[in-house]
Amino acid sequence: MARLSDENTKLAREIIARYPKPRSAMIPLLHLAQEQDGWVTEDAMAHIGELVGATPAEVYGTASFYEMFKFHPVGKYVINICGTMSCALMGAEDLMHHAEQKLGVRMGGTTEDGMFTLERAECQAACTEAPCLQTNYRFSFRVTNESFDSLVDDLRAGRLDNEVPSHGTVARVRQSIPPDRQAGIHPPDEVRDAPEWFDGRPAL
Amino acid sequence: MSTGTDGTGTENEVPSDPNAVSITVNGRAVTARKGEMIIAATDREGEYVPRFCYHPRMSPVGMCRQCMVEVDGPRGPMMVVSCMTPVAEGQVVRTDTEQVKRAQEGMIELLLANHPLDCPVCDKGGECPLQDQAFSHGPGESRFVEEKRHYEKPIPISDLVFLDRERCILCDRCTRFAREVAGDPLISFTQRGNNTQVMTFPDEPFSSYFSGNTVQICPVGALTAQPYRFKARPWDLEQRESTCTTCSVGCRVVVQSSRDEIVRYQGVDSDPVNWGWLCDRGRFDFQAVNSANRLEKPMVRVNGTLTETSWTAALDAVARAMRESAGSVAVLGGARGTNEDAFMWARLADAVGSTMTDAQLDDGLPASVFGLPQATIDSACASSTVVLLAPDLKEELPVLHIRLRDAAAHRGVRIIEVASHESGLTAHAWKSVLCEPGTQQDVVRSLLSDPTVRAQVGSGPVTVVAGRPNLAESASFTVAAVHEVLSAAPSARVLPVLRRGNVRGALSVGLAPRAGNDAAAILDAASHGKVGCLVLLGADPLTDVPDAGLARRAVSGARFVVAVDTFLSGSAQQADVVLPAAAFGEKEGTTTNLEGRVSNVVQKITPRGTSRADWMVAAELMRLLGQDSGVTTLAQVQQMMSSSLGSFGAAVVSPDARRNGVLASSPPAPPAPAGAGAVPRNSYDFRLVVSRRLYDGAAGTANSPSLAGLAPGASVTLHPLDAERIGASEGSTVTVSASGQGVRLPVLCSGAVPRGVALVPFNQPGDDIRSLVSRGSDVTDVRIEAK
Amino acid sequence: MSAGGTNPFAPGFYEGNRPRVVTSRFGLEDSHTIERYLATGGYDGLRRALGRAASEVHEEVKSATILGRGGAGFPAGNKWGLTPAGVWPRYLVVNGDESEPGTYKDRLLMERDPHQLIEGCLIACYAAGLSQCFLYIRGEMALAQERVAKALNDAYAAGYIGRNIMGSRFSVDIVLHWGAGAYVVGEETALIESLEGNRGMPRLKPPYFPAAVGLYGKPTIVNNVETLSNLPWLMVNGSAAYTAIGTATSPGTRMVAVSGHVKRPGVYEIVNGTTTFRDLLFGEEFCGGMREGRTLKAFVPGGGSAPWFLPDQLDLPFEASQVGPAGSMLGSGAVMVMDDTTDIPRAALTLTRFYAHESCGKCTPCREGGTWLERILSRIVDGKGTDADLDQLLEVGGSICPGSFPHASSEALGIPAVPFPYRMNTICFVGPSAYVPVHSALTLFRSEFESRVTRRVRIPVTAAGGGE
Ligand SMILES: Cc1cc2nc3c(=O)[nH]c(=O)nc-3n(C[C@H](O)[C@H](O)[C@H](O)COP(=O)(O)O)c2cc1C
Ligand code: SF4
Ligand code: FES
Repeated sequence: MARLSDENTKLAREIIARYPKPRSAMIPLLHLAQEQDGWVTEDAMAHIGELVGATPAEVYGTASFYEMFKFHPVGKYVINICGTMSCALMGAEDLMHHAEQKLGVRMGGTTEDGMFTLERAECQAACTEAPCLQTNYRFSFRVTNESFDSLVDDLRAGRLDNEVPSHGTVARVRQSIPPDRQAGIHPPDEVRDAPEWFDGRPAL
Repeated sequence: MSTGTDGTGTENEVPSDPNAVSITVNGRAVTARKGEMIIAATDREGEYVPRFCYHPRMSPVGMCRQCMVEVDGPRGPMMVVSCMTPVAEGQVVRTDTEQVKRAQEGMIELLLANHPLDCPVCDKGGECPLQDQAFSHGPGESRFVEEKRHYEKPIPISDLVFLDRERCILCDRCTRFAREVAGDPLISFTQRGNNTQVMTFPDEPFSSYFSGNTVQICPVGALTAQPYRFKARPWDLEQRESTCTTCSVGCRVVVQSSRDEIVRYQGVDSDPVNWGWLCDRGRFDFQAVNSANRLEKPMVRVNGTLTETSWTAALDAVARAMRESAGSVAVLGGARGTNEDAFMWARLADAVGSTMTDAQLDDGLPASVFGLPQATIDSACASSTVVLLAPDLKEELPVLHIRLRDAAAHRGVRIIEVASHESGLTAHAWKSVLCEPGTQQDVVRSLLSDPTVRAQVGSGPVTVVAGRPNLAESASFTVAAVHEVLSAAPSARVLPVLRRGNVRGALSVGLAPRAGNDAAAILDAASHGKVGCLVLLGADPLTDVPDAGLARRAVSGARFVVAVDTFLSGSAQQADVVLPAAAFGEKEGTTTNLEGRVSNVVQKITPRGTSRADWMVAAELMRLLGQDSGVTTLAQVQQMMSSSLGSFGAAVVSPDARRNGVLASSPPAPPAPAGAGAVPRNSYDFRLVVSRRLYDGAAGTANSPSLAGLAPGASVTLHPLDAERIGASEGSTVTVSASGQGVRLPVLCSGAVPRGVALVPFNQPGDDIRSLVSRGSDVTDVRIEAK
Repeated sequence: MSAGGTNPFAPGFYEGNRPRVVTSRFGLEDSHTIERYLATGGYDGLRRALGRAASEVHEEVKSATILGRGGAGFPAGNKWGLTPAGVWPRYLVVNGDESEPGTYKDRLLMERDPHQLIEGCLIACYAAGLSQCFLYIRGEMALAQERVAKALNDAYAAGYIGRNIMGSRFSVDIVLHWGAGAYVVGEETALIESLEGNRGMPRLKPPYFPAAVGLYGKPTIVNNVETLSNLPWLMVNGSAAYTAIGTATSPGTRMVAVSGHVKRPGVYEIVNGTTTFRDLLFGEEFCGGMREGRTLKAFVPGGGSAPWFLPDQLDLPFEASQVGPAGSMLGSGAVMVMDDTTDIPRAALTLTRFYAHESCGKCTPCREGGTWLERILSRIVDGKGTDADLDQLLEVGGSICPGSFPHASSEALGIPAVPFPYRMNTICFVGPSAYVPVHSALTLFRSEFESRVTRRVRIPVTAAGGGE
């Protein structure tokens, strides 16, 4: 499968240029690859290695450390149900059980129609709204069996297409630094002195 | 059974006062070195702290947590990892408290929790740090009753290395080595936490020239070497320390044998040379010593065919030939043997009044480079600028590559590279200029006229690493470029990088060109019937001389050819007499590395068949020729050397030759001829570069089953735009031709070669490029057609 | 929902009439837009800062003693002072990886008031001479990433970031970076590894700390999102006004998330140092007590890594110097409440499973020990445990953290507190944190474990036979 498309390669170069060292762009580029294909392909990892100056083994070593990157196709919607303490105290286990029944897959499984992948997740920083879950990293709070069912139905019916992009896309807004506004990014070893504004005088 | 990779390297350094730090270890006052880690100090004190991830030649990671010790801190005694905690003035360290013991036992128990404990069937069993420390520092029982981690049992991660992830304790040694030392990060930790595992990228094997080192430093049996798997158990291994002679770096090794067969080499940490590392070619070519193809009996040519015979008959035949060709005996080679071998053959040459000896085969540099101010590996790595006028060291002298890479990557040494294609060091070079063969001198001159370069060169010690980068160009270009640097930096020193194991030794003890007759001149004489008896001392001109035509004419032109060799080489097949030689590991003696370091090689097994050390053959022939030298033992040879060779002779008999070796200055050589200037490109399209790869058709590799398959094969590498221009593409076959000769080669496209240059590997399976190389011309220009 | 009602724009957030340093805009629907921000005094703090010498700004922050909100509680101003003189460049890395169990505040601050955070970053960079800022947001926080990205783009366009900020000589870039799911990356040295494109494994090498040797080996300040969000208010109102809130040792406010079995689980900006856990859990303007008809059994005072407290500790204030000796820590401002219906071993398991799962795999005790603890615990929870397993839990814990381990005092059990902190055999706190819930639960509620396990004699399995 796919290396980064020309368009994404251009975007990748733009992202790389924001960092003092190219390798720092590794994780953002892996996200870009996952956004393109829905999961991270071997070709994409090899391509990213070329772009940031790392071997494919190093790219895979980094990528596989992180929960969010998938190395095989997953559902259009990945539903992560939190099972850590606060959510567990508020009934996460029952919710997971219900979700398995509703979707007909075990935790970690993907539905026949390739619509849903169900996963047990760890704390999602919404502990007061327990139990909570994320669909492609979009929250649902204080989830009940009923609200879970309607969530699944809405997703199936495409009623949430505007809120929830398909798996791979996290943020839909990208940072873009206007060249004329950029202060300037320099390789760390080429900077020898303090910033010129750091001279004991007020800057304004 | 330590093979020296741990610790020994740091032992012999004594703390120099300015950076001495006083600490106490278990109540004893100890002087440590500023900046060193506690474990280095306790090691020196003989207070052993158990460890798995710590390795003195790699940066600490504090991963296994086994090396816990107690250090007094602000809030009372604290547990710290001794491998990552620097010594500090007044520091109070305890390695023997209950707390420490408890922590160490706990750590072992945790490491064993997921370890399969399949010691009885494990190659490492008996020499396994985990096993040993489980006994010495373990709790003696495991209370882990859960299901252990399971992975597919040993999987090949390269042609030479197998990985068993169930045994792995995740110490980051192999991965750190690949990243930090070899610079080939083709293995990496993958996954996370309890699922962490070492892996390669799918379909991208750990094909590093240095992969064998990971097997040696693995503290468990997770990594095993294909050539050694299930070969022997540590407790029936015998071993002796020796020196690898596969190339001229001269890495220290232990030769291990079982039942009179060599089964393994392990690197020994020699501080001035190899730091414990070996390249895979040197590590695994012991297989050739055990090869079924080895010569076992002398042979003489009886009406056209080589026929086995007795030593007496064979030596009589040789002696007769030498007597008949008085004054026209030539000796080529000697770089494969010991100093003692070469010395006795040089004496024989003297005895028969020979003026034709050369240990090189027109494939190196003039011996005069030894007349220039000499550098050592250490001094090169400690200089501020290194000028590379050499072949790709990663391919020819791998462990020197590792040392220089370390110097550039971790010690701020700046490398200036002038070459005809990118090398393993290009990525670490401060400046790298790719130029057409023959233009080196001009490139160096214009480089040195650049102010920043001149400033750099003037900023401190300069070392010129000089070798033969291209067998299709005259050595004189490199020599000229070297002198160009020397005239700009008069205090610069030269590190000659000639590849063959003992080439420097052989040249130093008397097998150097005499009266200006170098190999080329000798071969030329032979081709004109002016050589009565041509002795090939482990030399194979038909394979190794760049001008194949010249070699062919010479071997057939010589009236009588004697081959002293371990294998029936191409040239030996043409010989009139073939004498079986004892191989590495089958004879005692000394060898000399590229910096002139003399160190010993040992006999570990009995010589194959009736083969003998070369020096014995020479001594015997001298007796038959009525010129008896009187020597019958190696000791006598070395006595002769020490009395007749000055410092070199002294080195040979010095006890230090049995450890890190002794630097011996070579006899003064004639000043180098100022080399030729640039040669204008003729009408042809491409200028040819023929350079060596680590794995090629050489006997040692071809006869080592696990290495034989690794030779990349013949090919021609072109710049992508050049390939496009002639209508060729990656994988397509082209005709490379010059002066009527032509060879067919598959194309590789790479930006690693400049435009206008055609790069062809030397001595590979496939068409032989040497048929296009002619001694007559200083460079080789070729036409390439995609038909 | 119940009294007050959670904030429609900031799920889980309750206002109440208390000093509001970082949450003042949470009630406004468009609080995340640059228009609203500017309309409510946005970037005034920065303007004032730029009008003064960097050293003065640094002094102002020092004298305010803003305690780090990421967990370690180290005063921000002092941390900035730890960068070695004459070594450049210096970087700022903003820690927005919020993933400590129970913690929920940084996400709100990024979603609801991204410009406040950006302004805080700029002030920090100006004061400490940091020439580039990396804003590292947790990978799973899609909305926060979108809001911050939009805010950065607007601020760049409006001249608040980049070259010659607000027409001054001050120039700095802020780069949005985001993770991909790994709790341990919140640890500052792992955060830096991750930002360098590597596996997020902590690389703590005493005595080197990020302020001295950080990103790309250069001096690097790592600060938490909430910590930095305090700066704009501080620049406008001054350190005197800041220290007037709270106590001398714990000035200002802090955000705390209370989750679990209370009437009004939620996020509250509370006054540091004076507010007690009783106020927070039972006060009407806070959580309003336990769920109907339930009583408090135990609570986690400072995020999943903190040893548990009992009702005995309710009257402790949010004051490190008092919580430490009582056997725990304030950590990341996360209180998880358990009422009498709670199955203690199971609750402990949810936390131990978390830390075992989140181990980076570097340290043997964490990688092997954490999983081992989880395995034993889940066996016990499934009713398959033996009494030997209880001691084994403590044995394994001992290999992660040597010596005595902190816990709360209990009048009922007649045990005194063992003060925080603990000693550890690991690089970072993930390993020990896997043991914390096991140790707290087993020490304070041992009977609940004993009633779960069957008595059995243990048959030891001998170790490494090894060849012979
Ligand atoms: C395992 C571990 C996880 C952590 N997670 C976070 C986190 O998610 N967010 C955070 O700000 N700090 C976290 N910290 C604390 C950081 O290491 C660091 O102390 C903090 O970001 C410094 O910022 P501050 O001084 O403003 O608090 C964590 C520490 C550890 C040991
Ligand atoms: S304690 Fe655990 S998470 Fe922390 S560095 Fe060690 S192994 Fe990694
Ligand atoms: S425990 Fe579920 S979001 Fe925190």
